Amino acid sequence: MGRLRTQLGFLLAALVAATAAIAVAAPFSDAMRGNTPIVDEPTPPPLQNQENNDVRRVRSHPMQPPTIPHKIDGYQLDRTVNRCLFCHARTRIEETKAIPLSVTHYMDRDGSVRGDVSPRRYFCTQCHVPQDAVKPLVDNRFEDFDTASQRAAPAKPAKR
Amino acid sequence: MLRLLRRYWVVVRRPSHYLSLGFLTIGGFVAGIIFWGGFNTALELTNTEAFCISCHEMRDNVYVELQSTIHFTNRSGVRAKCPDCHVPHDWTDKVARKMQASKEVWGKIFGSINTREKFEAARLELAQHEWERLKANNSLECRNCHGYDYMDFTRQSPRAAAQHSTMLASGERTCIDCHKGIAHRLPALPVTKSEKQVSMASP
Repeated sequence: MGRLRTQLGFLLAALVAATAAIAVAAPFSDAMRGNTPIVDEPTPPPLQNQENNDVRRVRSHPMQPPTIPHKIDGYQLDRTVNRCLFCHARTRIEETKAIPLSVTHYMDRDGSVRGDVSPRRYFCTQCHVPQDAVKPLVDNRFEDFDTASQRAAPAKPAKR
Repeated sequence: MLRLLRRYWVVVRRPSHYLSLGFLTIGGFVAGIIFWGGFNTALELTNTEAFCISCHEMRDNVYVELQSTIHFTNRSGVRAKCPDCHVPHDWTDKVARKMQASKEVWGKIFGSINTREKFEAARLELAQHEWERLKANNSLECRNCHGYDYMDFTRQSPRAAAQHSTMLASGERTCIDCHKGIAHRLPALPVTKSEKQVSMASP
């Protein structure tokens, strides 16, 4: 019992030493922070202008909330006012030609459709966000269903 | 009463006995400058942002809200001050607005919005007054800076250009119809109306 404990102790000490050695040897680097040490404040990159071309982006998968193809700077979205609904509300789209909310936004958690936007779907920017033309900080290897299924079974083209 | 009036009329009509013509004309001229200058200086003093936010009602509510908007902070450093949007720049209109503002003095004295709760309760009504005013004068205060004739539609987003070149160009809509709540928070509207909101299609 005593010997086992001693061995374990040695092993642990070795592990700690090895980790420390690695930490000292390799300079700190992180995909999001760059080479700025953890104790320092990195200089943030300049703010980009939000995409504002009103062209709807393709969704990567059917359930993806569509991105917002226009600026929403200073749009008020709080308990009292929802600026998005000024144009995207069911009653407003004829005049504004905006994309209406899908029916799921009117459903409560029991699936029954209500007359007004469901409170759980009220805060648009929880799911829908505008886009900036920036280089992604981390590599994205996401493949949509069509690509993935084609790679899995190349002989049989995926049906759409 | 009529006798009193007549007596004053006679005094005013009678040529001066003791004062020289020079004193009366030059003195009148100087007095005119002093009174008129004083009046205008006082008027302009009430037309500064410092005057507006000398009351906590303005400083703690609407002025704070303005600070995060494009009309307060932006890349080129041009900014709108309270009177730029809330007081007409033309003299007659300005004096008319200043006379209306006596209601605001009344409100200040009797503290009609002297707490956050009172202000929030009155926000819809206050906002509606400003919307109606801008609607009535065809968004004059917006147009003091934003001239339709000088808008470059090729530099606007497609959506903005589409709206401006049709609705605004035809005069069917004016700035305030769509651009409500750009400098201050919007008022809370009755929940059932949340979809219609203050709507761009207000009458």
